[in-house]
Amino acid sequence: MSGVRVLVGTRKGAFVLQADGKRTRWDVSGPHFGGWEIFHMKGSPADPNRVYVSQGTSWFGQLIQRSNDGGRSWEPVGNQFIYEGGTGTHLWYDGTPHPWDFARVWHLEPSLTDPDTVYAGVEDAGLFRSTDGGQSWHELPGLRRHESASGWQPGAGGLCLHTILLDPQNPARLYVAISSAGAFRSDDAGATWKPINRGLRSEQIPDPTAEVGHCVHRMAMHRARPNVLFMQKHWDVMRSDDAGESWREVSGNLPSDFGFPIDVHAHDPDTIYVVPIFSDSEHYPPEGKLRVYRSRTGGNEWEPLTEGLPQRDCYVNVLRDAMAVDALDDCGVYFGTTGGQVYASSNAGDTWAPIVRDLPPVLSVEVQTLR
Amino acid sequence: MIRVVLPAHLRKLAHVDGEVQLEVEGVVTQRTVLDTLEARYPALRGTIRDQTTWQRRPLVRFFACEEDRSHDSPDTPLPEAVAAGVEPFLILGAMAGG
Repeated sequence: MSGVRVLVGTRKGAFVLQADGKRTRWDVSGPHFGGWEIFHMKGSPADPNRVYVSQGTSWFGQLIQRSNDGGRSWEPVGNQFIYEGGTGTHLWYDGTPHPWDFARVWHLEPSLTDPDTVYAGVEDAGLFRSTDGGQSWHELPGLRRHESASGWQPGAGGLCLHTILLDPQNPARLYVAISSAGAFRSDDAGATWKPINRGLRSEQIPDPTAEVGHCVHRMAMHRARPNVLFMQKHWDVMRSDDAGESWREVSGNLPSDFGFPIDVHAHDPDTIYVVPIFSDSEHYPPEGKLRVYRSRTGGNEWEPLTEGLPQRDCYVNVLRDAMAVDALDDCGVYFGTTGGQVYASSNAGDTWAPIVRDLPPVLSVEVQTLR
Repeated sequence: MIRVVLPAHLRKLAHVDGEVQLEVEGVVTQRTVLDTLEARYPALRGTIRDQTTWQRRPLVRFFACEEDRSHDSPDTPLPEAVAAGVEPFLILGAMAGG
């Protein structure tokens, strides 16, 4: 019996939404960790019962929770994230040097093959790894020691490492994205890194085509074609066909190319999804219409997907980690809003229906396909 | 026996109801109370004070005998009434406005 488990992180707790393969009737569990911010939760591709959660508040700091039974029970694991060696400095908002200072875990990316190995992207930007199921965390310091790091500057949301992509065909290759430093690739399992931002253009920085300094909002890849990357940048939807060596814009006919999430259809590497947002200063959909846009051509030609989504007076946002796809035969697409709705489509975006409408603001959505 | 009152979030995290009672060896200070508390409830490590610098988290407050002890040295002896278990040592999250 196939099914899906949707893992939803919100401002005030975690929720687990589960359905069979038809995806019409949902069991809603939660709030787990009520009152805590759940920045991200994600299941292990190698063991769907293993789920990791980033939990925190400004009061009591960062916690990591782990489940070994698919989210029915939880145990706190290690929460010590110590930068390796001298912490060095990055640039602060006023342009002065600022010491690296751990704030929170934005994103957890479990290994594709080992349930006990998981990566954590943190603010201030750094990459950590645990190989013991989250009990202990060790930095991969090569990223933060990149020669450009002293010039990295935070975006309004902080200097956060929010995207981690693992190449399923090359275990030594990882990608990360940092706001607002840009995208980076490692070909030696995280020991060393290179910026991969050629082709990006950001009018909000002094040199619009600089090697680093771009506010990448999200990147996505399809597991069957990992050299092709898609990116939602602060403005612009971008595509790379050479593992990030170069990028070209594929915003095409989108009503706005500002946005946060981007994702790829589970079975068609050229079908991608974005949620256009009006502008960098007005974080809501254009015209008050919540529309997912789908391209079946890998970008440039986009169609609005509206059936079942509010088409008037809608002023929610969809955050960067709040969209995901399942891998059932009819690919499901899911996203959560800052208004507390989680929408699902069981037909690749043709039609939508809310699973829940009134959660706290949604920070992240991930999906596990259960077989 | 030292009585410690935790905020609701931390009671849930530690899976305790009501006050926590601790046997603290030596002089009863913030540091020795928190050392004992964290040894009994490892899930609380890092939630009250930093695990490296041992500094109180900025939005956590310590009260005892109707006084704010948050800015005391962690090695200052707590009031005799706390050490004797007459009064609790209160750990609070700062009030959120708005």
